[in-house]
Amino acid sequence: MLSLPTNNLFAVRKELAPRSRLMVTIMSFLLPITLWCLVSYVPFLWHPKVEITAPGDVGYFREGMLVDREVFDAEKEKLSLTQGILPEGNRANPVYLPAPHKVVEAFYTSFTTEPRRRSEKWLHESLWDSIQVIFWGFLISSLFGVPLGILAGTYDFFSRLFEPFIEFFRYLPAPAFGALAVAILGIHHAPKIAIIVIGTFFQQVLVIANTTRKLDKSLLEAAQTLGAKKRSLLFRVVIPGVLPDLYRDMRILLGWAWTYLIVAELIGTSSGITWFITQQARYKNFDNVFAAIIMIGIIGLVVDLLLAYFGRRLFSWQKSSNS
Amino acid sequence: MNKEITYLDQSDTVKDRFTRLKKRPVTLNVKGLGKTFATPQGGQVTALKNIDFTVHRREFVCVIGPSGCGKSTLIRILAGLETPSTGEILLNGEPVSGPCPDRGMVFQGYTLFPWLTVKRNVMFGLLESGRSKVTAEEEALQWIDLVGLSQFAESYPHQLSGGMKQRVAIARALANQPKILLMDEPYGALDAQTRAKMQQYLMEIWQNIDITVLFITHDLDEAIYLADRILVLKANPGEVNELIEVPVPQPRSPDQFLSPEFLATKKRLEELIHPPEKNEEKIETDQLNMVRMVSVNDEVQSVF
Ligand SMILES: Nc1ncnc2c1ncn2[C@@H]1O[C@H](COP(=O)(O)OP(=O)(O)OP(=O)(O)O)[C@@H](O)[C@H]1O
Ligand SMILES: [Mg+2]
Repeated sequence: MLSLPTNNLFAVRKELAPRSRLMVTIMSFLLPITLWCLVSYVPFLWHPKVEITAPGDVGYFREGMLVDREVFDAEKEKLSLTQGILPEGNRANPVYLPAPHKVVEAFYTSFTTEPRRRSEKWLHESLWDSIQVIFWGFLISSLFGVPLGILAGTYDFFSRLFEPFIEFFRYLPAPAFGALAVAILGIHHAPKIAIIVIGTFFQQVLVIANTTRKLDKSLLEAAQTLGAKKRSLLFRVVIPGVLPDLYRDMRILLGWAWTYLIVAELIGTSSGITWFITQQARYKNFDNVFAAIIMIGIIGLVVDLLLAYFGRRLFSWQKSSNS
Repeated sequence: MNKEITYLDQSDTVKDRFTRLKKRPVTLNVKGLGKTFATPQGGQVTALKNIDFTVHRREFVCVIGPSGCGKSTLIRILAGLETPSTGEILLNGEPVSGPCPDRGMVFQGYTLFPWLTVKRNVMFGLLESGRSKVTAEEEALQWIDLVGLSQFAESYPHQLSGGMKQRVAIARALANQPKILLMDEPYGALDAQTRAKMQQYLMEIWQNIDITVLFITHDLDEAIYLADRILVLKANPGEVNELIEVPVPQPRSPDQFLSPEFLATKKRLEELIHPPEKNEEKIETDQLNMVRMVSVNDEVQSVF
């Protein structure tokens, strides 16, 4: 039987055909969602709790209460011995696992729920706070990290000067500087931005230095035989040569910055999306919690896709490589 | 006279040409050049030892030798990308050190800048030398035209075939008007047909502009076809084995591949590069240890 190589889903390092590719991409989201739906809507799959619909003769049962299935069964057994009115209930999941449709609703309602106190913020305000913190944190880190990384990757002198200390410093966990940042920078955005800078900057220098070092040495040699000297080697060969890889690094680093956001926002006065999440968890609005968490994911993914798109336009001189 | 012709027999025109060639000014003079590398294990490798030769203006010299004899090391030292351990290099009588556009280089791998178009690649050196953008562009287009790639001036390197890339690399090096063009197996990665075409192009370029060429290759035919003289190196350590004056008359054409002078030169080169094995036993052991690996019932029992 002849089978086209593109029809083979498991060919090593071969691109899938466009249609299969789309299908697999959709599947990558569909699989976890299906799993979540199954757990939420098929009662006998998990549902470790019972939601009481009629308390019967059990003193402490209330309508709408969630009890463990074992407890419910034990009470029922007890009552069936004493001929009392049996409690009734449906199998349910714990509150911390809301069903998908609840979370979908929460995407809308979380924006429209008024804050409980006047000083508190709406969800869109919290999100905007988070985005600002990320933006400034990543910008400040990059403003210093990218040039230092390129220098360290190009000149052995700077590599030896910066890298040993940075190598040491990057093992210090950024959140550990929380208290210090608050003491120095106050309680508002500044210490949070500082945590993101500390979390990103040191990795950034090392990653970019490594990327810069990977530039094909023969390009530098060719440039030298064409008369390029120190400055133009850096500005006309090294920088344009590593730019696409550097751009890709920045996309990955931006993802790291997002993970630091959650820690950063707990510092000083809690704020932003993290504040919203903890607040909603306190009120047991887990559908809002899930909606907010998924929102972070969606923002991250959309930004990354946008950056990937611009990257392809900017670096059209590259051989098409899928990443 | 039915004595078989050897590579040393030169016709009168060829002899005359070489006497005139040797009267030309000396472009490159290599004196007592040596290079030792320190190995990571702490030892030393002598890659080159006592290399002496001269190249005259507008001469085409090929360098051949067994793999690992130091051909690349030699050309990298000439280009200034490697420092010699001993000896010196004179270009038009002036000692040189470090890379400089007066020694253009074409590398074996593709070293075009992938982020620049063909035109901008050729403009690179021109802009480095301080020319204005307008003149650089004008000159670049002329050089691109010379290598026949005018339609591709705005293409990026990844859109070109291997042969075209090397032509751009040649144009890029020539645009700086170097005193000598150094080429390290530039056609090593090309298929036979493209390679033949590229040799043709290079011959035409060399005949028409004022350029001296030092060309490394491991292809004997290529060396004989292109070179005025061939520098044969031997390995361990890399030393000059012989400097051969190619007796095939200029201008060259592919018809000469079977001429007696060509074949005689090739025979000599083969002797130099693959010396006849003296040790008979070694040949005995250097054989495949074959066992029949075809099923007895196979449909195709024999390949004959
Ligand atoms: N940077 C280096 N450090 C240590 N040894 C080196 C270095 N460069 C080359 N050598 C050694 O010098 C010798 C000559 O190498 P070179 O690359 O010049 O050979 P070559 O004649 O160009 O070979 P080929 O025909 O395979 O290209 C080799 O033995 C090699 O191992
Ligand atoms: Mg080599």
